[in-house]
Amino acid sequence: MKPELMKRMVKGPDGVEFEVEPMRDYYCDAPPTVQHGAYIKIVEDFFNWARSQSLWILGFGTGCGAIEMRPLMTPRFDAYRYGIQWRPTPRQANLLVISGYLSVKTLKRAIRAYEQMQNPKYVVGLGSCTINGGMYWDSYNTIKCLDQYLPVDLYITGCMPRPEALLAGFEDLKKLIRAGQAEGANQYAERFDWYKANQKQVIHDWDMPDYNW
Amino acid sequence: MAYTPDRSQYPAMKADGSLDIDLASGKYLKLWQGPNHPGITGNMSVELTVCGDEVVAGKTHVGYLHRGFEKLMERRTFIQCFPIVCRICVPEPDFNEYCYAAAVEELAGIEVPEKANWIRALILEMGRINSYLMYLGGQAGALGQGVIGQWTTYARDLMLDRFEELTGARIYHMFIMPGGVRDHLPEGFQGRMQETLKEVECTLKDVWEVMFCNAVFKRRTVGMCVIDPAWLDEYGVTGPNARAAGVAKDVRRDAPYLVYPELDFEPVTGHDSDIYTRADVRRRDLLMSVDLIRQILARMPKDGPIMAPMPSMLHWRIPRGETYVRGECSRGEYGYYLVTDGSGYPRRVNVRGPSYTHAMSLLERMIVNVNISDVASLMVSLHTYPPEIER
Amino acid sequence: MDMRALYDRLKALYPLGELTEQRANLAFVTLPAEYLRPALLHLRDLEGYRHLVLLTAVDWLEDGLFQLTYLLCNRSRNCDIGLRVMLPREGATMASSHDIWPTAAVYQRELREMFGIDFPDSPGVDEEFILEGWNDIPPYRRDFDTLKYANDSFAQRAGRETRDPETHMKQQLYPDRD
Repeated sequence: MKPELMKRMVKGPDGVEFEVEPMRDYYCDAPPTVQHGAYIKIVEDFFNWARSQSLWILGFGTGCGAIEMRPLMTPRFDAYRYGIQWRPTPRQANLLVISGYLSVKTLKRAIRAYEQMQNPKYVVGLGSCTINGGMYWDSYNTIKCLDQYLPVDLYITGCMPRPEALLAGFEDLKKLIRAGQAEGANQYAERFDWYKANQKQVIHDWDMPDYNW
Repeated sequence: MAYTPDRSQYPAMKADGSLDIDLASGKYLKLWQGPNHPGITGNMSVELTVCGDEVVAGKTHVGYLHRGFEKLMERRTFIQCFPIVCRICVPEPDFNEYCYAAAVEELAGIEVPEKANWIRALILEMGRINSYLMYLGGQAGALGQGVIGQWTTYARDLMLDRFEELTGARIYHMFIMPGGVRDHLPEGFQGRMQETLKEVECTLKDVWEVMFCNAVFKRRTVGMCVIDPAWLDEYGVTGPNARAAGVAKDVRRDAPYLVYPELDFEPVTGHDSDIYTRADVRRRDLLMSVDLIRQILARMPKDGPIMAPMPSMLHWRIPRGETYVRGECSRGEYGYYLVTDGSGYPRRVNVRGPSYTHAMSLLERMIVNVNISDVASLMVSLHTYPPEIER
Repeated sequence: MDMRALYDRLKALYPLGELTEQRANLAFVTLPAEYLRPALLHLRDLEGYRHLVLLTAVDWLEDGLFQLTYLLCNRSRNCDIGLRVMLPREGATMASSHDIWPTAAVYQRELREMFGIDFPDSPGVDEEFILEGWNDIPPYRRDFDTLKYANDSFAQRAGRETRDPETHMKQQLYPDRD
């Protein structure tokens, strides 16, 4: 474990000493819970409609697919007219786009980013390499099957997918959300132990808390 | 109104040159910039140690994009390697294809037809324009000028359209095969290309007025983060970063490849070696690429073969040998070191991208004493791209 | 002829192997490990080969050797020379050259991690560089089987068919030939 993650005494600039235990102090230690729908269907439908109209993507380019995000942000393809925009921090985002292959090292960061996002949240896997490894099917450092580690709501195929494909994919995601089928975050809460076991199987130096929020 | 940092706050240096940073004293703070951060070039991270808002030490962390290409290529035949090499570098994939193809051709003794060389040069220059346009948007974006990115991405999209009609793909073209190129230019390509070039020039004119003449941009870049010309050899600085320091080094002229000996151009250089000069060198280099494409289109042979006679791809063995092939990509010198052992598979491929030194040792050296808000601008100005480091 | 003249000058000083002239401005030469640092300094300071282009390794598993390649470039004359050093694979160790070029430290970190070649005293050589939490033999070694590792470590999606071209060709196209 890295020294800055260890429990230690810290002396502040004002001379006061205090104890810091980064693995516990900054994180909640309760597992995620399932978010139940509203008590009446028409209200839940309204919520889902509202959710589908504001997809805020976390601007985390995990792989080469991130290069097609740039045209999407600009006037030619302009995803903003569909209510899609990019946010710099997981706290403001509700859609994590895994843009391509995930190396084990990035998977760890992607999990943290995902867990820091607020509910309701969605995951889109982009490119063949998130589906079955794609070009990197025999690589020792990329995961082959994203839905083992994160609850994927939608995959967009291609190597790499064109901006039009991404727009169509986001429209499909909206349909899923409106139909109440994009329940990835709840699946993650329900099968939390299974996901954690899978994650720990590939991430060998697990130096982060189980709950990153 | 110059800002003088308070040196008494700086960490002492130990005998071995490392800094004596006592995090428990509360004077210093570890700050991670990246991998999930808007001010980072690609998926990498810099571990900053800051004192106030000044960086006292920086350490680059890479490996987030490692796929093990060099290992994967060892278990693929020579022709199977060709579709995966371009995936090493997204902003400018064609250099991987070219360098790999050139290395294989050299070891296998294949002579590429003339027309194929012209088309290769065309593709490489188009890719360079794309990469520079992306850079200009990033450089302005790192200083808060979002609109430049909108314009340059638009111009880049037009160039991607030309790529699409030529190769069928926007990003990964897989066009430069060992032995030649895949196809001729399509009907009417030249006219549409000229239109696109005009559009790129118009965009650059706007970029010049709004970005380079902007007082804020000048204030934050002129005189910032200078690369000392003495570091060039020490740190292996190549490409526009070296040319901005006044050293006219350009592989296209020094060790000409493809059709560059026949083209008329002079490497673009600058004097001040600061962020502004590096941006300006790239802008002028982009205009030079526009000019080179015009020359290539005008002088390209009208017809002729585009593929050399190749051995059967399935039984292609290359005799034992090793070589290093380089080209001048938009970020610097791009090279492939290929070792063959007489079998149908490469023995070892080593990709040497320019970011390998720019983003690691050079950045770690330059980042000291930089204000946190200028770190993004510095990183972008070195034009680094992490997959070249880790492959 | 340029490279040949350089080779003759070096040959007078160090016990060099054969010169391989790949191109007019690119040549490779083998030399023993203990002469590498003097040769690098000589080339850098007296011959103008001031730019370390790359430092990498090749695994010759059959011979039990690692080949280290130091490629140096003389930028004013545009020629490159590659110095090959053969190291025994078992416990491969090489003198560090980070004090000659600061960038060499990065290459040495990579070689340490990906090939397991040790460079004592190179700064940060034992830190993780690219991989994180790696628990197998260094992955660029020839005896590391990436496909097997991938199958063992990662969940694969069912239904993917992969054909190795060599075996596929042999089975489908000409089963009677070798």
